[in-house]
Parts: sequence; C-alpha cells; structure tokens
Amino acid sequence: MRWSIFAALALVVMLTAGAVAQAPPTVNVAAISAERPPQLLSVYGFFTDAGARQPVAGVTPYDLNTPLYSDGALKFRYLYVPPGAQARYNPDGVFDFPVGTVLIKTFAFAADMRRPTENVRFLETRLLIRRADGWIALPYVWNEEQTEARLSPIGAQIPVSFTDEDGDAINLDWAVPNRNQCKGCHDLAGELTPIGPSARNLNLEHMMYGPGRQVAERMLVNQMHDWTVLGILDQAPRDAPRVPQAYDASDGTLEQRARAYLDVNCAHCHNPRGPAHTSGLDLRWSQHEPIQWGVLKRPVAAGRGSAGYEFAIEPGHPERSILLYRMESTDPGVMMPETGRQLIDDRGVALMREWIAEMD
Amino acid sequence: MLSFDGQRRGAEGLLITSDNVTLRGFGVENARGDAIKARDCNGIHIREVRVEWTRGPNPDNGAYGLYPVNCDNVLIERSIARGASDAGIYVGQSRNIIVRENTAEFNVAGIEIENSFNADVFRNTATRNTGGILVFDLPGLPQKGGHNVRVFENRIVNNDTPNFAPAGNIVAGVPTGTGVLIMANRNVHVFDNDIADNGTVNVLISAYRDSFEDRDYNPIARDIVIRDNRFGNTGFAPAGDLAALSQLGVALPDVLWDGATMFSVGGTPRTENVRIVVRDNRSTRTGASSFLSLGMPVAGSPLTEAAPDPTPPPLLDIAEPEQVRIRN
Repeated sequence: MRWSIFAALALVVMLTAGAVAQAPPTVNVAAISAERPPQLLSVYGFFTDAGARQPVAGVTPYDLNTPLYSDGALKFRYLYVPPGAQARYNPDGVFDFPVGTVLIKTFAFAADMRRPTENVRFLETRLLIRRADGWIALPYVWNEEQTEARLSPIGAQIPVSFTDEDGDAINLDWAVPNRNQCKGCHDLAGELTPIGPSARNLNLEHMMYGPGRQVAERMLVNQMHDWTVLGILDQAPRDAPRVPQAYDASDGTLEQRARAYLDVNCAHCHNPRGPAHTSGLDLRWSQHEPIQWGVLKRPVAAGRGSAGYEFAIEPGHPERSILLYRMESTDPGVMMPETGRQLIDDRGVALMREWIAEMD
Repeated sequence: MLSFDGQRRGAEGLLITSDNVTLRGFGVENARGDAIKARDCNGIHIREVRVEWTRGPNPDNGAYGLYPVNCDNVLIERSIARGASDAGIYVGQSRNIIVRENTAEFNVAGIEIENSFNADVFRNTATRNTGGILVFDLPGLPQKGGHNVRVFENRIVNNDTPNFAPAGNIVAGVPTGTGVLIMANRNVHVFDNDIADNGTVNVLISAYRDSFEDRDYNPIARDIVIRDNRFGNTGFAPAGDLAALSQLGVALPDVLWDGATMFSVGGTPRTENVRIVVRDNRSTRTGASSFLSLGMPVAGSPLTEAAPDPTPPPLLDIAEPEQVRIRN
C-alpha cells in the first residue's frame, strides 16, 4: 500500500529533525493569496526540504480509495487548509473548501515501478488554490536535479523513461497541462473544480500521521475522521458514503468496483454539468440508471470512436462495447479519457471487461 | 492554415468554450478528431473558415468539421468543410442557428442539424457528400425534440460519395445519394432549393428507426413542408435499404416518406397527428414533383412491410417558423 511509503519517510525525517532545535517552518500564507503566483514552488513553504518530500505542519497527506489513472504515475497528495478555517462536509460531491485552501499533488515515476519507493523522480506538482472568486490551477515543473519546481502556466512536455509494473521499458512524453487543458477535466458548469476529494473517495482507513504526532499514536484511523481531529474538516459522519478500492476484489461487488472506477476516471466529464454532458452519458456514482452508464446506449457523436459497434456497453459482450474500445485506444481521435493518459490502463480495462462480460 | 498532421493529443483541433467568439479567415487540416468544436457557448460566429481532411473521404478522418454543440446564437457562414467522416458542418443540441453560404463536400453528411431548435440553413452548397443536408433528432440526449428548421435556397446536388462513416454511427445508415434527410423532427420547411442528381432520393422523410428507451423522445417526423423546390434527376442509383425497394420495382420519387405515424415507448403505443405537405415543386424529369409514401405506419418497420402509396398528402397550412435572428 502506498501509504506506508509516507509513514516510513515521515518517521525517518521526524527523528532527524528532532535533533536540531529551531522554529518549525510554516506555510507562506501571503504566497497563496498573491495576485501573481510565485515562480517557484518552494516559496509557498509547503515542504521542509527543497525536494518537496517532507510536508510542514499543517500540510496533510491524503489518499483516495480509487484514483484517476495517469499513465500509472505515482501521486503524492496533500491538503492545506488555512489555520482557523474548515472544509465543510458534503455527502455527494467535493467538499466545500474555505478560501486559502490548497490541494497539492505531485506526479512522479520510480525508475522501476516494481520498486516504487526507490529512485523516484518528480515530474510536476499541481496546485489547486481556492481563491475568493473560485479555484485556480497552477502547474509547477520539476527540474532534472529535483531541487526546484518552476511555474509553467503554458504546460510542458517532459520525456520520461521507466520500467513499468510488468517489467516493460516505457518511454513517454509526460504532458503537463496548460491552463486551458486543466479545464478539460476540472470543469463543472464552467467553473474550475477539484475532482478527487469527495467523501466517498476520502472515506478510507489510513495510518494516522502528521508532524508533532508521537510514533505511539500511529494507528489505522479513518482519514476523514482524522481530518476532523486535525480541525480541517467540520464533520465526518459514520454513515458517510464510500466507493470501494477498484482493484481490491474483496472490497465491494464487481459492479461497485467498476462504477467506482468510472466515477473517478470518467464522471468528471460525463456528468450532467460536465464537459461531456452533450453525450448523454452520466458515469457518476450517484447515477443508478444503467442506460445512463451506457448500457444499450447508442453512440451520438463518437465518429470512428464507435468502431462500428452499436452500444457503449453491450451486456455480455465487452468485445463489442464502445466504452471498452475507447479505453483500449491511444489514438487521440478515439481514446477516452481524451487527455491525461498516453498508455492503456490495463488494470482498468481488465476490470471493465470483467464487469461487462458478467452483465446480463 | 493550421495543420494537425502529426497531432498526438487532444480530441479535436480547436476547442472553444467561451461566449461571444468569432473565428475568421483560417483553415484547419487533418485533425485527428473533430476539427473545430465549440461547446456550451453563447455567441459563436464562424466565418470564412476551412476545415478539411486532405486525403479525401476516409473512415479514419475526424467525425466533425465545424461542430458547435449546446450553443446559443450560432452563425456559420462562407466556410468550407471537406472530408468529415460524420458531418462537415454539424450543429448539435443548440438554439438559434444560422448556417449560410457555406460549401460542404466529400463528407458523409454535408450539413447536419441535430436535436436543435430554430435553425435557418440557406444559400449553401452541399455536393459530393453521401447525404447533402440532414435534419435529425436522436433519443437519450440532454436536448431533444428538434424543431423549427428552415432549409431554403440551397444547392443540394450530386451527392454521390459512398458512405464512409464508421458503422454504429447514425449517419452510417444514410443511403449514398440522399439530397435532404429529415428524421424525427417537428416543423421543418424545405423550400426554394435546387435538389438534383442525388442517386437515391432527393428528399427523404423518416422516423427514427432504431429501438429506444427514452420516454421523452418522439421518433416521428411531423409538420414537414416541402415546397417550391426545383428537383433534378434522382433514383438512378438507389443505395442502402432503398436499393432493395427499387429492385422490387418501386420507382423512387423526388420526395419519399416512410409513412410513420405511430410508435411505442415502454410498451405504450402512441399515434401522432402527422402533417406532411408537398406542393408547388418542379421536376426536370416529371414536371410536377413525384411523391411516395412507403405506407409503414409504425416507426422502424422493416421495409418488407412497405405498402407503397403515391397519393399525395392533403395540402394543409403549416405555419413557417420565424426567421432566425442571432442575438448578442
């Protein structure tokens, strides 16, 4: 489990830091609200080290039950909520975060993804900052030396080589999105909006963690409950909704796991207020009508994305289902999602295939 | 000119999501997906823009050339669309639309107005497509119930490109050599056009023929007026399902109607009061234009159930939609 990486790193760093007495570093609040965003990620003071491996107090790592596939990249996520403010719980969508909130996400690859804690190279750190007039997205691109990340509002391409989990050598040009491309996914009724941090996806047990916490306090707790203890979330009801972890066969039914996958990977566009609403496909967790998921739904504007098949999902026939065909393509005119990947999500494809094959 | 040869990412050439945008005087070639898409805009004006797939008709070309969807106040004029594997100029789920003085050629559908309200399509040339001008309504979409479309003063001639749409798409069912195809819309007026040399049929009026589960959808074409058009040769190379009809000895007319007035949704049958008016058209072949109903009252009936009837429908008065005015 990826979480253990954090815990191990944190322990090492806490022990090291404890040896030197100094004022604890804090987040640069002025940088977050600055009219012109800082050119360097380090200016925000989210991390104690130049390499951004170790967060300062108040910057809380978090994880999701089922994450968005991004060519298999490692993702390190952190939440910063300004002191004295709280996110407001919401059972259905992304929490209502206060002004000054920052969602921090670093994309990285290990040289050999079979050993994900070794030789980890950071590519970019994306910030979603909640301003008074809405969210803004700021991508910071890491240098080769891994010593600084610089703002790149026009996006970037970074050549990356790594060995994937199957041992195959992969070369790709990692695409850092420009500001317009950010809106390709993070768009709800025209407003830039976070995707991941909803109750159902944050509702998981994790190792409690945080600078200042004693080692003895490390134990499995509910992540949302932990946020209420830290004071950054107002409440975490015991009956909060939860999506399963898509690849854990012991977690929920096959349909629940498949729909958790679609919810996170597709529903940010395919929802009634998202960029793909004109397709008539609604892949949200809250949508319970199978035809809205694409079951026996005919294509509208798929073009050659239809591959000659009649339905988005034809029960019992993954080999004739447009949804699967588009997941298995890397052709820009065919593939789904349209952006954010260059490789095929083999695990996701296998999950969808199994689900459609068993459908009747 | 913007070339997308070698495009590696992105589902379209250009994507517009802002209000009050004018595109003018450039070209987009060989986009991997759609050439220019405008989504959720109020006020999108496209003037003197060329979108093209330069290798000509090919199923691997992008689907749409000029593609506003869910927009208000759409103006497309003096533009050119060539080679789209679905529609050259496609306006979907939009409101208040003018498409004028454009050329659409070598596409599957030259110009297509789909699930849209209030459109004027005039003084365009649609030639060498599979089908010239299509007015469609499809089930299962956020906006449906397409209505109030005027198609006038267009040249819709010599649409003869064999259908090259990927199977599964609705336009893959358009017979090669269709001039105008009206499917499942209300209040569509086709007048003062030159419609000629379309090998299957000059004007086809049809219900949506596939099964559907959308209870709010009406698959019947109704309140259709075809008047004062100048028809040339047609029916000389019938294609698709209609070829079979021709082989049975049924001569294809200028205006062909499937005769659908009934459909069922969720097991409940419904009958529509369908008004089709065909009047004052001229034909170079026959003088007065010819008309045929296939006499298939239930939407989507197989052609084997056709009971062709050449009796022209009664001349009723159907109010024409008002002229579209772009606001903003």
